[in-house]
Amino acid sequence: MATSVAEAGTARPVRTRFANVLFWRLVSIALVLGAWEIAGRIPVSFAFPPFSATFAAFVGIILDGTLPAAYLTTLQPLATGLVVSAVFGVMFGVLMGLSRTAEWALAPVFIVMQAAPMAALIPLVTFVYGIGLTAKVLAVCLLAAPVIVLNTYKAVRTVSPSLLDMCRSFLGTPLQQVTKVILPAAGPVIFAGLRLGVAAGFIGIVLAELLITPTGIGDIITYSSSIADYPTMYATIASLIVFAGVTVSILQQVETRFVRPEKRA
Amino acid sequence: MTQRLARPPRLTLAATTDAPNIVEVRRISKSYGNQIEALRDVSLAFPRGRLTTLLGPSGCGKTTLLKIIAGLIPADAGDVYVNGRVVTGPGPERAFVFQDFALLPWANVLRNVAFGLELRGMAKDEREALAAKYIRDVGLAGFEKRYPHELSGGMKQRVGLARALAVNADVILMDEPFSAVDEQTRRKFQEDLLQLLAVERKTVIFVTHSIEEAAYLSDQIVLLTRRPGTVAKVLEPRIDRSHGPEAVRRDPAYLDAVEEIWAMLKQYLA
Repeated sequence: MATSVAEAGTARPVRTRFANVLFWRLVSIALVLGAWEIAGRIPVSFAFPPFSATFAAFVGIILDGTLPAAYLTTLQPLATGLVVSAVFGVMFGVLMGLSRTAEWALAPVFIVMQAAPMAALIPLVTFVYGIGLTAKVLAVCLLAAPVIVLNTYKAVRTVSPSLLDMCRSFLGTPLQQVTKVILPAAGPVIFAGLRLGVAAGFIGIVLAELLITPTGIGDIITYSSSIADYPTMYATIASLIVFAGVTVSILQQVETRFVRPEKRA
Repeated sequence: MTQRLARPPRLTLAATTDAPNIVEVRRISKSYGNQIEALRDVSLAFPRGRLTTLLGPSGCGKTTLLKIIAGLIPADAGDVYVNGRVVTGPGPERAFVFQDFALLPWANVLRNVAFGLELRGMAKDEREALAAKYIRDVGLAGFEKRYPHELSGGMKQRVGLARALAVNADVILMDEPFSAVDEQTRRKFQEDLLQLLAVERKTVIFVTHSIEEAAYLSDQIVLLTRRPGTVAKVLEPRIDRSHGPEAVRRDPAYLDAVEEIWAMLKQYLA
């Protein structure tokens, strides 16, 4: 009896707090959309449609299949590029974290890549790899890989020296040190790097589709802006923002769920 | 009456495992870079089954000495012998308890305690059964599934101690294990440690900067000088521990030891 009372006592505030959070989120979304609607109706610019028109265009391009088809086209180089960046990025990062030689050879490349405006290199990619899938995958990799590599490398480097001593003093082999201490310890930061890499990959694919050849999402944006169909353009851009946001927050959920069990309640 | 021991560190060859000194340190020197000389020509003997503390002013190289004995850092000169064999790295006969606990934050108490056994490739059921026993021994029964961040400092160090006991090493090396623990928890832990060691029959080498802790726990106290660390004195307080942990703090031998250590260390304080 006592426990059930206690449980009921704690459950209710949690539920009300959740409802509260949800309420304020909806309010803030409504405020932004309301402001958008008003700004579009004034209008602040002839190229700025109100939310209602944008939403109508959004429903339109979903129903006629334009948007789903565009996403399928865009996701292909994006997913390929992200998988390549994640696999090789984590590999290079771990290598650089473990070996001073690898650090010496590779770190400057990735630091320069992260600091340089990679968008400026995309036309160069077109000269070398043409306008096909390869060029777009490479554009995604150029944007996504540096942040993944550098996060992984930092994560491996900052593993607590006392945990490494502990592993060594309990007779861990170098391989066990990597698999049982370094990788799990670096896991959360590596995963955060992957999340940032995915976000950067979205930038890469949009740049590629706008600068190399208009396909997929980039095609809708370019085409609708050239025929002054601004609601469609905004609908596409907004859908991309929402899509990227949702993808990144799903990754965040996965992170707290699987990568850091110690943070679970 | 304190037993004042003017005897020099013994340098007997310990060829068999039954030698009285399980660990011997011979003429160890260690410098970091060119400037910092941490240890100079340190020779010590650690009797089997006894608790020896290394005590000295901060920066006297006591932790360095402990890590050299553990095989975690190499000495510049000199050798460490454990059971008559030269130490070239960590070994199964030594287990380390860390000042900052060094627990895996992503692993629960059970896995942390079993970690040394896991590294040795022991089967999961077997190692978890052993770990569960030592978790009970250090007084953490019921916390097997908890994660380190859910434990207090004192409880974390009990996990660290259980992990060291679980690998069944002869020598337990403890690096200021209670320094990150509050005073009351520390006292309780000290009492529990003595009771546990009475059962486990381990040799313990214990680094501390607390005079009371050294006098309370030790069969032998090694006083180190300020950097470069050398052996200033080796004390063997003859404290009667038969009347339980409470009585020790009122034992004249305990009080004399505290007084003598303080008189010795005072001169190193600027």
